Amino acid sequence: MTAPVIEATDITKTLGAGASQVRALNGVSLALTGGELTLLMGPSGSGKTTLLSILGCMLTPTSGEVRILGRSIAGAPPGQLAELRRDHIGFIFQNYHLLPTLSALDNVRLALDVRGEPAGTALAKAKDVLATVGLSHKINAFPRQLSGGEQQRVAIARAIVGDASAILADEPTGALDSENGHAVMLLLSRIARDTNRGVLVVTHDPRALPFADRIIHMEDGRILNEEYSTTINGKRDWFDTATSFRRPKVTAGDEADWQPAHEAMSYAPAAK
Amino acid sequence: MKARPTMSTSLIIKIASRNLLQDRLRFIATIVGIVFSIVLVNIQMGLFLSFERMVTTMIDHAPADLWIVPFGTKCFEDPSLLDAQDRTKALAVPGVSQATPVMIGFSEWTVPNGGTTPVFVIGSDESGAGLHPWNVTQGDTASLSSPNAVAVDATYFGRLGITKLGDTTEIRGQKARISEITDGIRSFTTTPYVFAPLARAQAYMGTPPGKVSYLLVNLAPNTDIAAVRNQLQTKLSKVEVLTPDEFRNRSRNFWLFGTGAGAALFAGALLGAIVGTVIIAQTLYSSTKDHLNEFATLRAIGSSNLYINKIIISQAVLSAVIGFAVAAGIGLIVVGMTARTALPIVMTPELTGGLFLLTVLMCVTSSVAAVVQVVRIDPARVFRQ
Repeated sequence: MTAPVIEATDITKTLGAGASQVRALNGVSLALTGGELTLLMGPSGSGKTTLLSILGCMLTPTSGEVRILGRSIAGAPPGQLAELRRDHIGFIFQNYHLLPTLSALDNVRLALDVRGEPAGTALAKAKDVLATVGLSHKINAFPRQLSGGEQQRVAIARAIVGDASAILADEPTGALDSENGHAVMLLLSRIARDTNRGVLVVTHDPRALPFADRIIHMEDGRILNEEYSTTINGKRDWFDTATSFRRPKVTAGDEADWQPAHEAMSYAPAAK
Repeated sequence: MKARPTMSTSLIIKIASRNLLQDRLRFIATIVGIVFSIVLVNIQMGLFLSFERMVTTMIDHAPADLWIVPFGTKCFEDPSLLDAQDRTKALAVPGVSQATPVMIGFSEWTVPNGGTTPVFVIGSDESGAGLHPWNVTQGDTASLSSPNAVAVDATYFGRLGITKLGDTTEIRGQKARISEITDGIRSFTTTPYVFAPLARAQAYMGTPPGKVSYLLVNLAPNTDIAAVRNQLQTKLSKVEVLTPDEFRNRSRNFWLFGTGAGAALFAGALLGAIVGTVIIAQTLYSSTKDHLNEFATLRAIGSSNLYINKIIISQAVLSAVIGFAVAAGIGLIVVGMTARTALPIVMTPELTGGLFLLTVLMCVTSSVAAVVQVVRIDPARVFRQ
């Protein structure tokens, strides 16, 4: 069995103080494994982003333990947490968060520059990764010259260029139309499958479901249930481990060929 | 053990320069703040240097090994007087080859077109190693021997109401004729200097008989200056025997610090530096605030505080370099414009270097508020924006 890339055990997180104190997470345990794309779903305020921040070493839990590649981050100072983020975790944000004054190439190169990679190597790697996400023709474009989908692909390139073991994505399709949303999810699922990275996607968007190997549902700071995909007769199926509930949604093995159960929940096919 | 990362300066500078130039108006405000501040400091310090040179200019140009001055003399312009007979006693000290009397003091110059103006008269034996005019552009030192001959500086022609060599006037009711013209002998009091032979100078000032201001002592070759000084001090009463450096420092300290003039110039310079620092701090802080999301992104992707601080400090240093270049250009123009005035502003390589360091220091100090702000950014804010 593959060791988890990120493992959280019995995490609680209390935010605020006094009368306004809120328990954002309450005993959450979760393991993110390489080669797997996990969707973290739930209503607003359910604790998804707080959990993502803790898994991404941006917040420290009130109690419980987080391990990155088996190493506990308990008591790690901010500088060490920054090193863990830099070396092991790639981030993708809903609003891309590219530096508007840098070209696509420099935005990707930045992730290597903060790690101290020599400029020549960093440039070559950044170009390669931009080619992987289909943007080799836009390396000199600035974010304002790119569409939302292209900006998100640059952000994905930035997340993966440093060979991070885990990719944490916060609503990566939230600002995108169907076509671009599909392209981004397809890219993320391929990153998980082809590069053996653990990919965790926080989303409200049910159209992302077909790309997931696992779906975690959260509510009120707790994990309600987890569903794992399985393929039966060439169709992808979802199986709730807690309730044995089988989601009545069937997809083909290849997400590109996915035909949605009903149109309102679908992404348009990827542009050829 | 993992090697410590080395950073790419080029990307840091690229981010810093583009952050600066993204808001052109704010960038211009930053540069204007730096330029005003540095030009103000430049002028104040240039005046200080000019003042410092001018208060010792007579001492600098007197060919003396030792100065015999009245006891308690505070500066070259001090009106205290010596007994002229001290010259004979000084010459009796072994090793003293010359003791040249010098007379200084204020007098009243009659402006040919009407009215009077104060002048500072310097009298010295024209034949000895006394205090003679220098930078002579018209006439010659020998011409001072002719009746009523005086030397003045061309800078003060307007004030003195004269236009050329040979013009005549009166000093304290006694005739004077311009027989020498100098260039650049300016007084920090803006009172024109008038050079004359010793006896005539005494007459212009109405000095009591048998009195002089100073004795300039010249020593024979290979004489022990300290020994001669001790002997002079022992033999002469109510006098002090000073080296040129000691007299220079005494004059400088009196005028620059005893009168508060130097402190006022320093205070002006300090004020300029403080105002500049505040302006730059404000613009850098607001620039950083506008780019908080970008700095939060950098923190989220794992950049160290050092990396981010380097970006902010690079912004400060870039502002400093550009601001200094403009300020130095303006400073050179100001120096050029004041070169021929009564109070020229002096620019030296040391002052230029010092101003550059001050500019960088001001800008880097200004970045502290921005650095503190960035260090406190919560990287998780990227999920909320």
